[in-house]
Amino acid sequence: MKSDRKLVAHLMRRAGFGATPSELDQLTAEQTYDEIVEDLVNPQRFHEIDMSYVERYYTGEPVAVHVGKWLYRMANTKRPLEEKMALFLHHIFPVAWGKSEHGPSLYNEINLFRNVGMTNFGKILLELSKDPAMIFWLDNNENHKDEINENYGRELLELFSMGVGNYTEDDIKNASRSFTGWTFRQPLSLYPYGHHEAVFQFLPEDHDYGEKEFLGQRGNFDGNDIIDIIVKQPATARFLSRHLYNFFVEDEVQVPSWETVPPKDPQAIEELSTAYMESGGDMKVVLKTLFSSEFFKESSRRPKVKSPTELIVGVIRQTGEFSKPKPGIHEFAVTTLNGSAIEGPLAVMGQRLMNPPTVEGWHTGFEWIDSGTLSERVGFVEKQFSDPNKPGVAEMLSKAGTLDDDPEQLVGRCLDLLGALTVSDETLLSLNTYAKTLSNEKDNAGVHNLIQMAASSVDYQFA
Amino acid sequence: MATKSKDKTLVVVQMTGGNDFMNTIVPFTNEHYYDARKKIVMKQEDVLPINDTLAINENAAPFKRLYDEGRMAIIQGIGYPDSNRSHFRGMDIWHTCEPDRVGSEGWLGLAIQELDPKSENVLTGVNIGQGLPRAMSVAGVPVTSISDLEGYGVMNQIEKEQLRDKALQAFKDIYGQAIGTGVVSEYIGKTGLDVLKGADLLGDVASNYQSTVEYADNSIAKSLKDVARIHLNGLGTRIFYTNHGGYDTHANEMPTHPKLMSDLSGAISDFLDDLDQHDESDNVAILVFTEFGRRMRDNGSGTDHGSGGGAFLFGKNVKGGLYSEYPSLAPSDWEHGEDLKHTIDFRGIYGTVLEQWLDLDAKPIVKGEFEQIKPFYI
Repeated sequence: MKSDRKLVAHLMRRAGFGATPSELDQLTAEQTYDEIVEDLVNPQRFHEIDMSYVERYYTGEPVAVHVGKWLYRMANTKRPLEEKMALFLHHIFPVAWGKSEHGPSLYNEINLFRNVGMTNFGKILLELSKDPAMIFWLDNNENHKDEINENYGRELLELFSMGVGNYTEDDIKNASRSFTGWTFRQPLSLYPYGHHEAVFQFLPEDHDYGEKEFLGQRGNFDGNDIIDIIVKQPATARFLSRHLYNFFVEDEVQVPSWETVPPKDPQAIEELSTAYMESGGDMKVVLKTLFSSEFFKESSRRPKVKSPTELIVGVIRQTGEFSKPKPGIHEFAVTTLNGSAIEGPLAVMGQRLMNPPTVEGWHTGFEWIDSGTLSERVGFVEKQFSDPNKPGVAEMLSKAGTLDDDPEQLVGRCLDLLGALTVSDETLLSLNTYAKTLSNEKDNAGVHNLIQMAASSVDYQFA
Repeated sequence: MATKSKDKTLVVVQMTGGNDFMNTIVPFTNEHYYDARKKIVMKQEDVLPINDTLAINENAAPFKRLYDEGRMAIIQGIGYPDSNRSHFRGMDIWHTCEPDRVGSEGWLGLAIQELDPKSENVLTGVNIGQGLPRAMSVAGVPVTSISDLEGYGVMNQIEKEQLRDKALQAFKDIYGQAIGTGVVSEYIGKTGLDVLKGADLLGDVASNYQSTVEYADNSIAKSLKDVARIHLNGLGTRIFYTNHGGYDTHANEMPTHPKLMSDLSGAISDFLDDLDQHDESDNVAILVFTEFGRRMRDNGSGTDHGSGGGAFLFGKNVKGGLYSEYPSLAPSDWEHGEDLKHTIDFRGIYGTVLEQWLDLDAKPIVKGEFEQIKPFYI
């Protein structure tokens, strides 16, 4: 064994969507922890997933179809961190289908996140500022030379880079002036001709070429200059670091409270910010610093509630139901009942992918959980693991052993088969007690129940 | 059946997607309506007049009956200033009464907190449907959310009873042990135990229910039947919530809207009949709302997001009739040159229901004082 199984399982849950027992076997046998991290931050070392077969099953524009395809990618990609970064950027730059009802531009945006997620933060912000879905979402197409619209300028500073308290209202105005004329072109109108992807367009005649003062600097700035200035700010380094910490390490309070509530681990934010500043915003360097850090390695016991997407994709990976292209994965987003569309488990658990509630994105952490979402989470897991013929479930059942085995060893194997799941001492005790009551039963359906129970536990709700 | 419940109960029905108010309560003699609506329009022969200027969409014939019986109040022109056209933001505003910032506390969640301050009954607030609506969500206030009454709870996939009992015990152990192991685990543990409590209380609901009312086979009828079944068991629920989806009629409105009207009106009238049959209709009022109305002009196939919609109240103790005013249809009065302008603030209607029906102080819940109406006999 070149690396620690539980630690690698933790890494793969956070940097990806979890590893199966056989993936853990291979990773721990062949690579050190640092080598695995190196692979994660270098997705180009692995083939991109071939979506052509999947596309055959999923055609059409509805957002559920595209969410389905994205879930398939998350579950099957060989570049898990690339996909996780796309999800991260979707969390922090949340654009919702609901405003534009314009699918293709939104799907392009997710693709953009996938492509730029591990480049440089300056490049990410620049591409974001030119992205038609974002431009429409925050009204930059209404931001004109003679009449500025501050929506994008404000959120760029407040939510996307520096956070409240690090700039003035004048900075917002001047940032907005710099982005005037940054709009998009729509080949055909939305209704009734159908949806065609919009493309970025710069209109020189609508751009304010005047002098601006921004964060203490003066010049005839345009959007490029503004982003250049933003990405060099220590405030940006700290804000992005806190976002990364919140997404990969431990649940923080919600973003609007960051101005007043200090980070859970200020030292960790400092380490990440330093990596950001020294590398000039290189995301690979920052991510490598994060995953190699002691605070990350120790964070498996710190509360980080799985988002609905993480929960569902993790389960799909474990059951193996969609390890090959087949129809139906979009039903996790939208399913049908008596002919009318109803929301699937992803939405019921509180996360409509590609349809975040507001520009603030989803409230995360324990706010994912209420009686409705918890019974949905538990019911979902129970149901997904209930079919013994799904490849992943069949494998678990064949490897778990029988009720004649020592109950504690049986529980240990079940937890390992769920991707080296770490549970609290209290949960372990309860599972051991449960295994013992089942072994009196002499009914081997009990082993299956035991696996379902471990996956229904409080502990399974955490990433 | 359990004894008659004395406490008043509110049932909230959300028409999700933005109902086309003009095609529901139709201004069937107004030239501006027929000028603006070319294809997505209710012809004069397709409506059921309630007076000289307004008519109910004929697909909602049960509403006409309820209106004639004096059990349906129509709240015309409900909305709020600068109505937001996003479904999600729009719903958030309706759910939290916070038009200017993103609120996290739902108005009904706050009401549930007042009705049951010690959280003694996990069924004080019940949502029928998938996912807890933000309207019912307030940190620390348990609300039970049921997508399938027969299947509510956990470990339902296990068929053999003895095994299921053991699984339930294990679930209880695991979630019970989580209390005292960190704030978040503790919270999840407590929520899990609430799910078990709710499932226990609801266990016999389906088998106790008897009625000659036959609900139709559609989603809203099924939801309201579940409300009836729970209510008639006398489990102390004060606020029920459910939603009826599909109102976002940008396209193909003419074939889809009639079915929505027929499903919704049929379900509500069956529900009221069911309560009547069990002599339980005195203390139940239904509030039906949607996040916004639709644009004055149609787009050829449907209608786009607008403002100034309508809400409805139903019940034996509801004074039927028209409330507030129908928004002016004259083009010069259109908001943003294309929308109906609201005539009454939704927060005043929430206030009406909270104060006059549930005997609660509305001000802290709706965040202010807004014009109310007087739609109740008691």
